[in-house]
Amino acid sequence: MKKITLTGLEQAPRRSTVFRRLWDVLLSAFSVFAIVLSVGGMGWILYTVLRHGAESINWEFLTSSSKPYGEPGAGIANALLGSLLMTLSATLIAVPPALAGGIYLAEFGRENRLGNVLRFCANVMMGVPSIIVGLFVYVLLVVTTGHFSGFAGAVALAIIMFPVVMRTTEDVLTMVPVTLRESALALGMTRTRTTLGIVFRAARSGLVTGVLLALARVSGETAPLLFTAMFADTWPGGFFSRPTANMPVLISEYTMNSPFESMHAMGWGAALIICLLILFINIITRTIFHEKQH
Amino acid sequence: MQQQDRIFKWVCLGCALLIGVLVPGIFLQLGLDSAEAWQKFGIGFLWSAEWDPAQEVYGAWASVAGTLYTTALALLLAVPLSFVAALFVVESPGWLARPLSYCVDLLAAIPSVIYGMWGLFVLVPLMQEYVQPFLGETLGLMSLPGGEWLLGEHYNGFGFLTAGIILALMILPYMSAIMRDVFRMTPPMLRESAYGLGCTRWETTRDVVLRYGIRGLLGGIFIGLGRALGETMAVLFVIGNLIESPEGLFSGGTTIAATLACNFAESDGLQRSSLFALGLVLMLLCFGIQVAAQYYLHLTGARRGEAR
Amino acid sequence: MKNNIKISARNLNFYYGENQALFDNNLDIPTNRITAVIGPSGCGKSTHLRVYNRIFELHRNQRATGEVLLDGVNILGPGVDLLDLRRRVGMIFQKPTPFPMSIFDNVAYPLRLHYKLNRSEIADRVEQALRGACIWDEVKDKLRESGLALSGGQQQRLCIARAIAAEPEVLLMDEPTSAIDPVATLKIEELVLELKQRFTIVIVTHNMQQASRISDYTAFFYKGHIVEVGETARIFTAPSCKKTEEYITGRFG
Repeated sequence: MKKITLTGLEQAPRRSTVFRRLWDVLLSAFSVFAIVLSVGGMGWILYTVLRHGAESINWEFLTSSSKPYGEPGAGIANALLGSLLMTLSATLIAVPPALAGGIYLAEFGRENRLGNVLRFCANVMMGVPSIIVGLFVYVLLVVTTGHFSGFAGAVALAIIMFPVVMRTTEDVLTMVPVTLRESALALGMTRTRTTLGIVFRAARSGLVTGVLLALARVSGETAPLLFTAMFADTWPGGFFSRPTANMPVLISEYTMNSPFESMHAMGWGAALIICLLILFINIITRTIFHEKQH
Repeated sequence: MQQQDRIFKWVCLGCALLIGVLVPGIFLQLGLDSAEAWQKFGIGFLWSAEWDPAQEVYGAWASVAGTLYTTALALLLAVPLSFVAALFVVESPGWLARPLSYCVDLLAAIPSVIYGMWGLFVLVPLMQEYVQPFLGETLGLMSLPGGEWLLGEHYNGFGFLTAGIILALMILPYMSAIMRDVFRMTPPMLRESAYGLGCTRWETTRDVVLRYGIRGLLGGIFIGLGRALGETMAVLFVIGNLIESPEGLFSGGTTIAATLACNFAESDGLQRSSLFALGLVLMLLCFGIQVAAQYYLHLTGARRGEAR
Repeated sequence: MKNNIKISARNLNFYYGENQALFDNNLDIPTNRITAVIGPSGCGKSTHLRVYNRIFELHRNQRATGEVLLDGVNILGPGVDLLDLRRRVGMIFQKPTPFPMSIFDNVAYPLRLHYKLNRSEIADRVEQALRGACIWDEVKDKLRESGLALSGGQQQRLCIARAIAAEPEVLLMDEPTSAIDPVATLKIEELVLELKQRFTIVIVTHNMQQASRISDYTAFFYKGHIVEVGETARIFTAPSCKKTEEYITGRFG
């Protein structure tokens, strides 16, 4: 047996642990600082929105249409309705093909080259700035039809939703165990019925969550609406042919481009409503997910 | 039955192909509509800082430099913060980690226009009253040699630093969500073996967790970078909207997205074509960033921070 | 006999939150001997081992009461330097855990962590440690390559080299061969036998042949209690407790 000669380190100079410990304390302090900053930042923003927004919310504010500056009895109801119409149509336009596309990626495009290319495109598309989507839809729909419209805004939002829903669908479907698929196929079911009847059902809550989160995300999008839906002080009558009022553009017009205190106040009110809606959607998704886990 | 399956597959493929059409479609559209500007100004458009609608002379540099400047500032502030914030969330006990994660997710859900108006009404006055005088005069950075180059000549609350802070606040939750997932993927035994050798928490993080997840972290940083590059509203409110090259942290300026948002509606002819060219530049930047982000995230198998 | 005891656990109790996992453990670990800890899975043998370098403290809700004396000093007491304790008590895990860095840097890591040494001293000691772990000949031409590129058995010997580089006094091995193929396992067993000249070794194993092949003393754990301790030869031939006999003859576990 050969002799092991690992000796002599006792005499070697040791590194002081003081600085090592100091760094450790600094890291801890810094991470507490970072958490306080981000949570505090969120608290500050929400507090500001709540404090300023609550002052302007009343029945008239929620039920009347917006008016040019100075006219009494102005509200945001037309913008709320316009936003609702736009996000709902965007959901109708984007979700069915996005689900089908997600099915393709999860069920047929797992390992092949086309699937990988499309997955890559979806990822890239999620990173495309929303204002670029606005430019694209402007050329696609506003220039060709000759007018701004709520519909163009809806299409822009749909383009933003599409890749998000598609990738979530893929992720959620991939999490369904393969054995479930195989046992359905072994019963003699077609691929179509297996996917739509069994896999979709198993993944239902995940799919709903994905769609709702995408909805929450686009409901505050402003940049793509600037050149598509624009804004109007009217009720959204000509959804397909006229500029349509909506919440995000109302907020930016009333706060950034207006010198009047009363319009700022309305902007805060609108901001509060949007925040509440998004918070509401988030809570719903949490609840759905929570139920699924039990 | 076979027939039905085949139709089903083709329908799904058709829908998936939409995304394959969309990405090249956007490039094509931006390319076609900006052709006039490229013909007129050539590649020099990229580094010409002039933007003069009266003279019909346009250049991208002011917007491009502003975009890079705000993004760099935002990353400088947000990367270390999101890193340690993710670390904190991972190391804290369940009763604290869960609400914290929830807060981070919620922070990511607040629309950018609200960040923008908060910046305009809260941060801008704060910067003007306290932060900028403090940095410039109390600390005396203004009078130091190079101080003017660093800060700019005057301040009014608006400008690159304000925009950078807002952007940092916006991308922080995205990046820390991805980093949190990367940290959770480090095998517990690997961390234990570092502690077992006598490492402190900081040493374990630096030498083991960070090295192990470096690609995922890079992917997360690139995702945040992409967001910051293309963000419109949060920047638009506080940047000052002057089409001038950046002159310092306190100086006003613009970014590509802000230039587009401000000028597109009233533009026509050569100016509109130049704006499309700016859009193309932004699209190319974001595309490159996404490719890098996907490459790194693909290597680690980490998922994106969005849509969670 | 008394001064040949390296570690001695006195009335050691351990809790995972509300659940008690160890009950009044008393165990003496002799210097420069191999002590094997055996028992059915979930009996607390790993838990017991993880008290010796206080690695359990990384996890919330885990706590230990009682005393563990290392050279007569209670390591569970206040004022113990954890970083120094873990320098003196090295640990090897179930799976190989090479750090994501080169083979050389893996072994140099604990040296750089605890000592101020110049380059040639470090290179010297890295070679010694790799030789000590019987892996020098296999890696001497690729010291700059990643430790992750080695095979499972080589990775585990690399981790042993990393653990012995800082010259700890005690080596804790928590089922070090459970993720390793049989041939590599034999190599590691030979290595452990050589290491006992220099180190006090405590090895947790679920493999009773392994315990009987390499250990001098054996402790049998059952449901958090130490049922029987003694010289390995005696435990395996003439156990005094019925439970021990049933376990080593394979009637449960």
